[in-house]
Amino acid sequence: MTLADILALLPTIILAAAALVVILLAACNGSHGVVSRTTATAQALALFSLPLASDVIPRPVTSLLLVDEFALFYAALILIGGIGVTILSHGYLDGKLDRHSEYYALLLLASLGGLVLVMSVHGASFFLGLELLSVSLYVLLAYTREEPRALEAGIKYLLLSAAASAFVLFGLALLYFSTGELAFAAMQPSLEGTGRTVFLVGFSLILTGIGFKLAVVPFHMWAADVFQGSPIPVTAFVATISKIAVVGLLLRALVHTGGYADEAVTGALGILAVGSMFVGNLLALIQNNVKRLLAYSSIAHLGYLLVAVIAGGGLGAEAVGFYVAGYMVTMLGIFGILILLSTPSAEAERLEDLEGLLWRDPLAGSLWVIAVLSLAGVPLTAGFVIKFYVVVAGLSSDRWLLVLFFVVNSVLGLFYYLNLIRVVVARDAEPSDLRKRAIASRWNWSDGFVLASLLLAIVGLGVYPIPFIDLIKQTTAVLMTGVLM
Amino acid sequence: MILVSLIALLMLGGLMAWGSERAGSHWPRWVTLGTAFVGLCAIGFDTIPHLGQVDPPSNPWLREYSVPWIPRFGIGLHLAMDGLSFLLIALTLLLGIVAVIASWTEITTGIGFFHFNLLWVLAGIAGVFLAMDLFLFFVFWELMLVPMYLMISIWGHERRSYAATKFFLFTQAGGLLMLISILALSIVHYRQTGVTTFDYSLLLGTSLPPQTELWLMLGFFAAFAVKLPMVPLHPWLPDAHTEAPTGGSIILAGLLLKTGAYGLLRFAIPLFPNASETFAVVAMTLGVVGILYGALLAFAQTDFKRLVAYSSVAHLGFVLLGIYAGNLHARQGAIMAMIAHGLSTGALFMIAGLLQERLHTRDMNRMGGLWPVMPKLSGVTLVFSMASLGIPGLANFIGEFLVLLGTYRVNILLAVLATIGVVGAALYSLILIQRAFHGENTEGWKVPDLGGTQFATLGAMILFSLALGLYPQPLLNAAQPGVARIQTWGDPPTTGEKPAEASDTTTSAPPGP
Repeated sequence: MTLADILALLPTIILAAAALVVILLAACNGSHGVVSRTTATAQALALFSLPLASDVIPRPVTSLLLVDEFALFYAALILIGGIGVTILSHGYLDGKLDRHSEYYALLLLASLGGLVLVMSVHGASFFLGLELLSVSLYVLLAYTREEPRALEAGIKYLLLSAAASAFVLFGLALLYFSTGELAFAAMQPSLEGTGRTVFLVGFSLILTGIGFKLAVVPFHMWAADVFQGSPIPVTAFVATISKIAVVGLLLRALVHTGGYADEAVTGALGILAVGSMFVGNLLALIQNNVKRLLAYSSIAHLGYLLVAVIAGGGLGAEAVGFYVAGYMVTMLGIFGILILLSTPSAEAERLEDLEGLLWRDPLAGSLWVIAVLSLAGVPLTAGFVIKFYVVVAGLSSDRWLLVLFFVVNSVLGLFYYLNLIRVVVARDAEPSDLRKRAIASRWNWSDGFVLASLLLAIVGLGVYPIPFIDLIKQTTAVLMTGVLM
Repeated sequence: MILVSLIALLMLGGLMAWGSERAGSHWPRWVTLGTAFVGLCAIGFDTIPHLGQVDPPSNPWLREYSVPWIPRFGIGLHLAMDGLSFLLIALTLLLGIVAVIASWTEITTGIGFFHFNLLWVLAGIAGVFLAMDLFLFFVFWELMLVPMYLMISIWGHERRSYAATKFFLFTQAGGLLMLISILALSIVHYRQTGVTTFDYSLLLGTSLPPQTELWLMLGFFAAFAVKLPMVPLHPWLPDAHTEAPTGGSIILAGLLLKTGAYGLLRFAIPLFPNASETFAVVAMTLGVVGILYGALLAFAQTDFKRLVAYSSVAHLGFVLLGIYAGNLHARQGAIMAMIAHGLSTGALFMIAGLLQERLHTRDMNRMGGLWPVMPKLSGVTLVFSMASLGIPGLANFIGEFLVLLGTYRVNILLAVLATIGVVGAALYSLILIQRAFHGENTEGWKVPDLGGTQFATLGAMILFSLALGLYPQPLLNAAQPGVARIQTWGDPPTTGEKPAEASDTTTSAPPGP
């Protein structure tokens, strides 16, 4: 392993080392503040090591990992999201629990798993990354183990995720059987000839596993309970970072294996997309619990995202890149507000908890309104550029039906997004003094900083997206040409 | 530059109005008033001297501003104004001022945020009237929805949530269809020329297969027809207009509906001239249906605001009819009717707000005998009802007359039916006066008459309407160059007896000299 290899892997190495450091800190009774600051600093260091890594790319490190611009872009998103979640976690966990070191260590390991996923070009590293991510999440989801709902969420996720992992393994085995290879690029030729059936069966089994991670219909059963039961920062992590990592992997796998060339593959993805959009939006309509509602909304959003994935080509990959970034800042903003409103004893999760927020706390209220508008895809927010990208990508690849379904669902989604806004702006809500105190927002500097940055990102991506678009275009160009090598 | 400054001024003014609430509850009002007034003066002094000039045919715009925004997709911040846009911008700022005055005493909670929303709606509307890049146009199109939604759902009346949601969903659904059409048009253009662009002037020349052209045109038409509103896409309108606060109703009826008509004139017809001509008969028929249906339902209402709302459906039916009649006269009439309707309906909604503030009801069954109590208010209402029924001398008459004149040349049957609608307008306008102001004062109302400012505002609107009704030529001249560039069809004299050959020669009318 040369110095260049080490440089290329530096972000992952930093995260792994930081996880150990955090565990050591636990041994010498580091306070919550120290531990969480260490975690955030480590992630920031990893983020700043990305430019170092970018000097030596594209570089395959062994046959398992490939570090290129595409991987680094997704790694950057994961790390930025990770920093946000870490800082928000501090505000959330402070005063709630007295054991926290393991939490941050697991958070780091989960991010590490995500990094491995977006770098992997091989079945083995894919599985390693997936398991690293999942196993960390099992514990994180049930971290507040005194609460039965958190336990339920953890166990549910554990069982289903283990099954999904088994599917992935089985699928990888079938692919290995039909091609004798586990590297994505080497699986390409089997799309023609007699091995096709075996290949497709293997691929659909893997798709099951991926679908589970992304919580797309019909593998979405866990989403609502897990969103509702687990600690809010962990939910934010599951909703954004873990999905981004898997989407990055899916895109790369599709490009490298030449899955786009096969109509059966895009057709299967299309069914998942349409199912997710409709089921997600229709079920979101009947939710009263904000966290459950967000779970279904995120199912629908992953359906939209799959439209961009299916569209493929340079434009499709670009759309996916913008989508995950915009979606991440928006979702983190929403969860950030929920964390702000939660107290150690009570979480803000019912619609009533948000009533009149705009008048009680204009800052938090406006941020909430803007973030929800972004989810709904209103101009001058990141969500609108996302919507624009999906339609452009879909139309350019002549997938009219998918685009039409997307538009129908955008309108369906408005029903509940408007509801989320209506509650916040309601001016006649006069909660009793007791409830007022219970649901008062707890601002502090670090949370304020995170939320302000997220707000800037949501509006910035919506108003002046061009620098970011240029960046994504670069990264996807690498992905597309990488195939030809 | 003045164009982008105008929109920036409105947006900044909105932020300032919100922030100035800390200084006192009157500050947001004065800030908003000042912003709209400064904008109106600036755009007026800048443009009016140039209105009469004959433009060189190469440059159709009075003012233009263009910088790249998202070059990756050929999207530019392209704003431009011709006479038509100028008229509508002036109306926007004028009604903005009226809306502030009408809300002066009505809005007592969240004053800063209300005026923020008010100015941002105006900014969105101004953007819609100025944007010459389809992407930018769509951004403004959606942008004006959100503050309007907030205005209805926060400061509206009893059923505000329902009305606000309905309003948002209808317009958003139409808007998304338009978005697909915009993007598809751009992609078709890209495949033909290899240039990705959303610029209006570049997309104008795109040649489309007839089937595609029809579908894309329908996408645009859906968005504009919802906004206009065209029967049967109107159900959001009565609820939204009735439940909105007074300022919101004024802006909804006076301005938001006009964006639909403007969109048809500026985008749907010039971008898809052939499909629009094919579709014209359907659109005109639906326009006439709107005229009759709106009049009928307005006649049946007992809620003051609802009556005025349904009368809007009828008036905008005239606009739709005029736009699709396809000749210059009818189009000029449609524009006149838009401006006139903005003034008269804006005023009627303001009156509705004044009545509600005094009587705490909009139910006309509980009114009655108000004339002796409030002679000034009653007299003003009478004038605007007369305007609404199209009495000669006021602006509405000119608009409807020109529309009927233009329609008569194309389709006599529809012209006759539309004329019946004018009779309907007389019915509901008179019933409004009779129920609210004549008869017995059964409830024993004793309320103050119009205040000085309110009287001055309404008086000024009467003067505007009167001036346009008596001497409409300047307005027609201002709109003329813009309207003349829009493709005409069925131009004179195409009657039932001798159809095809006359229309064939004039369909591809070149830009007028």
